[in-house]
Amino acid sequence: MAEVALRNVVKRFDDVDAVRDISLNIPDNEFVVLVGPSGCGKSTTLRMIAGLEEATAGDILIGGQVVNDVPPKDRDIAMVFQNYALYPHMTVFENMSFGLRLRRIPKAEIRARVEQAAKILDITDLLGRRPKQLSGGQRQRVAMGRAIVRNPKVFLFDEPLSNLDAKLRVQMRTEIKRVHQQVKTTTIYVTHDQVEAMTLADRVVVMNGGRIEQIGRPHDLYHRPKTHFVAGFIGSPAMNFLPGRLRPNGDGLQLRLAEGLVFPVPATHSARYQPSVGKDLIFGLRPEHITEPRGEGRDPRCEFAVTLDVIEPMGMETMVFFKVNGTEVCARVEPSAATAPGQPMRLYANLNHMHLIDPATNLVL
Amino acid sequence: MTAVAAEYPRGAGASLKRNRRWALITSYFFLILFAIFFLTPPYYMIVTSLKSDAEVAHLATNPWIIANGVTFEQYRLLIQETDFLIYFKNTVIVTLCVVAITMVVSILAAFSLSRMRFWGSGLLATGIFLTYLVPDTLLFIPLFQIVRGLGLLNSYWSMVLVYPTLTVPFCTWIMIGYFQSIPKELDEAALIDGAGHMQMLLKIFIPVALPGIIAATIFAFTVSWAAFVYPIAFLFSADQQVLTVGTVTSLIKADVYKWGMLMAGALVAAAPPLVVYAFLMDYYIAGLTAGATKG
Repeated sequence: MAEVALRNVVKRFDDVDAVRDISLNIPDNEFVVLVGPSGCGKSTTLRMIAGLEEATAGDILIGGQVVNDVPPKDRDIAMVFQNYALYPHMTVFENMSFGLRLRRIPKAEIRARVEQAAKILDITDLLGRRPKQLSGGQRQRVAMGRAIVRNPKVFLFDEPLSNLDAKLRVQMRTEIKRVHQQVKTTTIYVTHDQVEAMTLADRVVVMNGGRIEQIGRPHDLYHRPKTHFVAGFIGSPAMNFLPGRLRPNGDGLQLRLAEGLVFPVPATHSARYQPSVGKDLIFGLRPEHITEPRGEGRDPRCEFAVTLDVIEPMGMETMVFFKVNGTEVCARVEPSAATAPGQPMRLYANLNHMHLIDPATNLVL
Repeated sequence: MTAVAAEYPRGAGASLKRNRRWALITSYFFLILFAIFFLTPPYYMIVTSLKSDAEVAHLATNPWIIANGVTFEQYRLLIQETDFLIYFKNTVIVTLCVVAITMVVSILAAFSLSRMRFWGSGLLATGIFLTYLVPDTLLFIPLFQIVRGLGLLNSYWSMVLVYPTLTVPFCTWIMIGYFQSIPKELDEAALIDGAGHMQMLLKIFIPVALPGIIAATIFAFTVSWAAFVYPIAFLFSADQQVLTVGTVTSLIKADVYKWGMLMAGALVAAAPPLVVYAFLMDYYIAGLTAGATKG
């Protein structure tokens, strides 16, 4: 068990800055997910923690010790790779015990540890098989088993579910969470899938362009994003963004998005947004906050009519898409409320959940 | 299913079957043709080696069949009356040494060139391949000077020294391709598991790349077993001679050809490579095609 810390870490490949001055503290036992689009530097960060890449600048600490010059085998970490990286010529037992054999652990202890890990992952029956005789999900379990038996200070996962089909991915996600609850170990998990990040993490680190955009609990990232990027990246379907401008409206404020599309800003938000009156802003609202008019106590001034472009029935709810000044907007409505493409529909925007972004700084106000 | 099948015209299926039949007929025709072409010389060798000298020399007999009964006299004479067993022993020693040296050098070279990043590794890899392109008919002249300088002229140990100039570049090239097809994550997993470079090579790379290593071994074995130019240039006396040159020089005296023994000698000499190929052919093909299919 150990805490992991990054202090002003930089990684440069020739002329490309893959990781730009990131600092991060991961306390003991925490499950942290690094998430971001391709090329954001998340895998490079993980590989630097593993010792597979050297940091160009900054310090990497595991258990309070700087490990920049410590080889991977002496960092007491275990890593699960995207393509599992199982040794094809070894059985599952040999794969799981390889690291222990190299460390000259007594045979009886190796057997006990492998059997215990196999029991946790429900792969006891597979110990005599070779990787090519296993399904994708079983291989992934073996890869996790290989990490667990080592009883390392830190688990590192590099997009471990990307090669699995959608159903198995959900199943294995639950499995990883269950294993972490049983084997309390500091875990750093890299993914580009924000759903994985939200469901697994104690804390999520959103990365973009080699920098950390925001660190926070999944709930906070979703409801209180700090930047335009995080607001758009977290959540599926993504948050809707429209250009807008605030105007004074009596005691309060109103938000003008388009000709005929003007909403009153809730009184609870007015004070915060007051300094931005008159500026060009970006208005953000998640699809679930644009619905058919429903519920008591809604402000009728937030209702508006649109012509639907596309309808996507999801079963429990229906996504409807329409355009505002050429920008596509998504709303989540009751399946029975959705009309048809080309037909008008009345919708309601719940501005209690609105976000306003300053395009000059890309920060959420 | 029935409804879907009924929608297709019957002609399409019939045409597919006809195409397949023609493809098979053409394949069999050419396969049989090639088999006859390649099996005729060994057949001729076997037949001649089992004839008596008198029958071989008799112009009126049919050379393709044994008319006067099978005899193993040629094999007995070859083994008892000539230095064939010395040539065989020398060839075995040389080949085993060359294969061992080649595999050790080329596996280490290929591992470092394909996996350890260092300055000029790409250039070195290309350089190794280029050396393979220089034919032994050109190389033997400068090598003669080197071998003489080392005092190894007329010693089969000179073969152990010079054959690797032919085998190491090609085997290294095969192994580089094979090692590069092994996912990088496998060595990273081994590194994290606690393996050093040597353990990684011995416990991961060599077992995983076994088909490639066997392919390279067969190549080194074949080159070493069948080489002709170097032994004819560097070896003079019978006690140092190897099979390829020894058989020819001892059984052809001026214009007198001992055909029966020559054929028997050639067959016995060809037996070890044949056995090696027969048992390891699948590995050989897998090894040579690995780079092409795994990207």
